[in-house]
Amino acid sequence: MSDFTGGFWDLYIAVITIVGMVGCAVLLRMNSVRKVKGSQTDTTGHVWDEDLAEGNNPLPRWWVWLFYITIVFSLAYLILYPGLGSYEGTYDWSSAGQYEEEMKAAEAQFAPIYGKFMAQNLKLVAASPEARTIGEKLFLNYCAQCHASDARGSRGFPNLADHDWLWGGEPEAIKATIAEGRNGVMPPFGPVLGEEGVRNAAHYVMSMSGLVYDSIRAARGKEIFATSCVACHGADAKGNLQIGAPNLTDKVWLHGSREEHITETISKGRNDFMPAHKDFLGEAKIHILAAYVYGMSNPSGGTPSKSAK
Amino acid sequence: MKLDSPIPEPVVEQALYEVRRKVYPRSVTGWFAAWRWALVWLTQALYYGMPWLTWNDRQAVLFDLTARKFYIFGAVLWPQDFIYLAVLLVIAALSLFLFTAVAGRLFCGYACPQTVYSEIFMWIERKLEGDRMQRMRLDRAPPSARKIGLKALKHALWIGVALWTGFTFVGYFTPIRNLGNAVLTLTLGPWETFWFLFYGFATYGNAGWMREQVCKYLCPYARFQSSMFDRDTLIITYDGVRGERRGGRSRSADPRSIGLGDCIDCGICVQVCPTGIDIRNGLQYECIGCAACIDGCNQVMDRMGYPRGLIRYSTENAVAAGWNFRQMLSRAFRPRVLFYTSILWAIIIAAAVSLYLRVPLKVDVIRDRANLAREVDGAMIENVYRLQIMNIQETAHKFQVSASGMNGLRVEGVTVFEVPAATTKMVPITLRVERGTVTPGSHPIDFHVQAVENEQISASERSVFLIR
Repeated sequence: MSDFTGGFWDLYIAVITIVGMVGCAVLLRMNSVRKVKGSQTDTTGHVWDEDLAEGNNPLPRWWVWLFYITIVFSLAYLILYPGLGSYEGTYDWSSAGQYEEEMKAAEAQFAPIYGKFMAQNLKLVAASPEARTIGEKLFLNYCAQCHASDARGSRGFPNLADHDWLWGGEPEAIKATIAEGRNGVMPPFGPVLGEEGVRNAAHYVMSMSGLVYDSIRAARGKEIFATSCVACHGADAKGNLQIGAPNLTDKVWLHGSREEHITETISKGRNDFMPAHKDFLGEAKIHILAAYVYGMSNPSGGTPSKSAK
Repeated sequence: MKLDSPIPEPVVEQALYEVRRKVYPRSVTGWFAAWRWALVWLTQALYYGMPWLTWNDRQAVLFDLTARKFYIFGAVLWPQDFIYLAVLLVIAALSLFLFTAVAGRLFCGYACPQTVYSEIFMWIERKLEGDRMQRMRLDRAPPSARKIGLKALKHALWIGVALWTGFTFVGYFTPIRNLGNAVLTLTLGPWETFWFLFYGFATYGNAGWMREQVCKYLCPYARFQSSMFDRDTLIITYDGVRGERRGGRSRSADPRSIGLGDCIDCGICVQVCPTGIDIRNGLQYECIGCAACIDGCNQVMDRMGYPRGLIRYSTENAVAAGWNFRQMLSRAFRPRVLFYTSILWAIIIAAAVSLYLRVPLKVDVIRDRANLAREVDGAMIENVYRLQIMNIQETAHKFQVSASGMNGLRVEGVTVFEVPAATTKMVPITLRVERGTVTPGSHPIDFHVQAVENEQISASERSVFLIR
């Protein structure tokens, strides 16, 4: 900004403002009396259509004082508040300062509410109806854009209301996911496996989760799986919570369950990204959100039955 | 050198602002004064009394700005009902047009708060300081204990009325029954304090000090009402034909034989005028149509034994052509008046019907933006929406949500939601259709929300279902 506004423009604005106000005062003074011929004091001296004269109906004197008061008011304002160029005013007010004050006031107001929940463990928070109400509002504000208003996700964005977890469904794991973010990477296998290899691997995967599949391709795919996929998805294909590798034996398909979806995933890979929220939301809100998300798949607040899935 | 060169006229300085000349209206009684007092009582009984009424265990009329709910007896209006405020203002404006076209500044003369409060304040002033002459004498008199005492008492009473008015005003926005306690314990909120004092100050200033200056210099209605006037509008008119030549005479004298009209030039009409004008100069913008001069003049006419109505409600046409009352009345039904009347009634009836048919339920649908469509269980397509269900009634309801517009469209999960009295609830709704039964693209659908126990309370809202 300072590249565009040197000291000159501050002065320029200040001078224009002051000259304008002085000009108003002078104009007011000049226009409170007028000189007319002695015989015309009842009219303003303007006559149209031969005899239509404009009468002089003086305004009350307090009216002109109102004008002067506005000038005094603006002078006082310009001394107290920033207005004259870069002069900051004796009252030391700024819009940023006002925002910070309001934020501070809001934080002071809400700190005890958050503080109460911060002291509780997440499962206890998840069971509290009050925390759930707060959590729902936070979720709709910050999470629903990707995970949908009903928290059941969308293609590429996991369903948070079921029992399937990529990175762990324990409350602390959920909290870490929200705070630190996650990046689930599946490398592209197309160049390694070739088109046929990809399709075979896809059919093997489909066979594991009960989809319609080609048994010959699946048999060939099994070998490919054993060499290329086990490292992340595990020998039983149930995934790995440490690296966010999904379970391939269930019916949950983050990127689609049709053959073309699965082949695309294998050949091109996936790069799923959840941003970190700790700097943006702060720990107190993340605490409540984690409890809320946990509570959606564990309405009773108890231990998730199939969290390892 | 010419000898007849004119002597230049002296040039004088003329002030364009002057000190206000205080008006001391003389008290007046009569038919129109009685009407004005009746309206003072009516409007003020409404204004001061309304906030104290209760309805359904709450204040009957309460505009709760923080909760954005506006309680008017049985009805609870929400910001979404803003149209009714607009309609009310349109009705008020059209009524003003109509009444003004028929009978001039009726509102100004009888019902305007400025008139009404000035009337109350002047009544207090008159009771303490006496009528016009006594008041003028008191103002001219040098300061004395009596004068200071009277003035102090007058202002104390004025301030009392003004503060009560401000208090009542705030009572329309904050429950008035808790307000008295808050005032006494000095726990009124900052905005309540501001409006209490500001409204009180405005009442005191306008009705006590400003008076006719508000009408003359500040009020926009005063100026534009004259555009609704025509030559058939009833205005307060001095009958110059009958009145002139004006002049004093003995009561026994026959005015015609000494070349005089009926006006005895007593000046009563000027003395009673709250804006300090002489109605005998014809229609003036300062005239607020209060008819005080009619009452004043009629009393004089009675005393003189002349017929009443030297100053009367009449029209320019009627005075010029010497019409009687019936002829004048027949011109009241002219196109302009009929036009105003018909639009006014049309809007009043439309508003009444709409209020009567108003369903105490509002629904807004907000479609999830980022998630267009998702596939679930391999064979289903889901779209997600947020429904904002606004239960306007002061009883809790259970609402059933359904959707239509596509084959096999159904709501997934919970479909019944309980919404407490006069609150809004936001609920996520998932809609589902079977893949392959409908073509890809955007399909218009309708959400239906209906109270479980009362099918009259239902609302529908459009949205779209996307399939890819």
